[in-house]
Amino acid sequence: MKTIHLLYFAFLREQAGTSSETIQTEAATILDLYHELTARHPFTLPSASLRAAIDNTYTPLSTPLTDETTIALIPPVSGG
Amino acid sequence: MLRALENPMAGALVAFEGRVRARHEGRAVDHLAYETFPAMAEAEGERIASEAINRFGLLDARIIHLVGAAAIGEAAVWVGVTSEHRQQAFHAAAWIMDTIKERLPVWKKETFADGTSEWVAPKTD
Repeated sequence: MKTIHLLYFAFLREQAGTSSETIQTEAATILDLYHELTARHPFTLPSASLRAAIDNTYTPLSTPLTDETTIALIPPVSGG
Repeated sequence: MLRALENPMAGALVAFEGRVRARHEGRAVDHLAYETFPAMAEAEGERIASEAINRFGLLDARIIHLVGAAAIGEAAVWVGVTSEHRQQAFHAAAWIMDTIKERLPVWKKETFADGTSEWVAPKTD
């Protein structure tokens, strides 16, 4: 089991009902973890439109999960 | 911010201000709110500015984005670039805006005149 800290923004934050949470998971990658999370939260965003960041830098959804990582789930941005 | 861009080598300064529009896809907008991931927005903004400086050979590039509530007509984003010649500056300012819309972790929620609100789907305009 890995401990993963998650950060949510915009409509993902609203759908999760929280801006952050810590979960235990066996998921191998960020993509696997997102699929797992869609069972816990009513996320509507297809994974094809999701991005993720570690240490304030975008990282592919295929990134393997390591224990005690903080992962920001980034829905499509709409700044400007 | 314009003063921060002062440089005797600069033959060109292009500044762009993106403002809150009163209509979105035909619907009357009452106001907007921008949510951000502050630490990453700072880091990504710095990366976008550095990339623009390298890519277009700029003297400098600055980006400011509003966070929180924004009224109609208010500036939501400000981009300023300096270069020796005008073409680099024009192209760089446009590239920075396109890249902000693609990468800067900022999300816009529009509240319409009828009281409903929604998160804006990404756009290329």
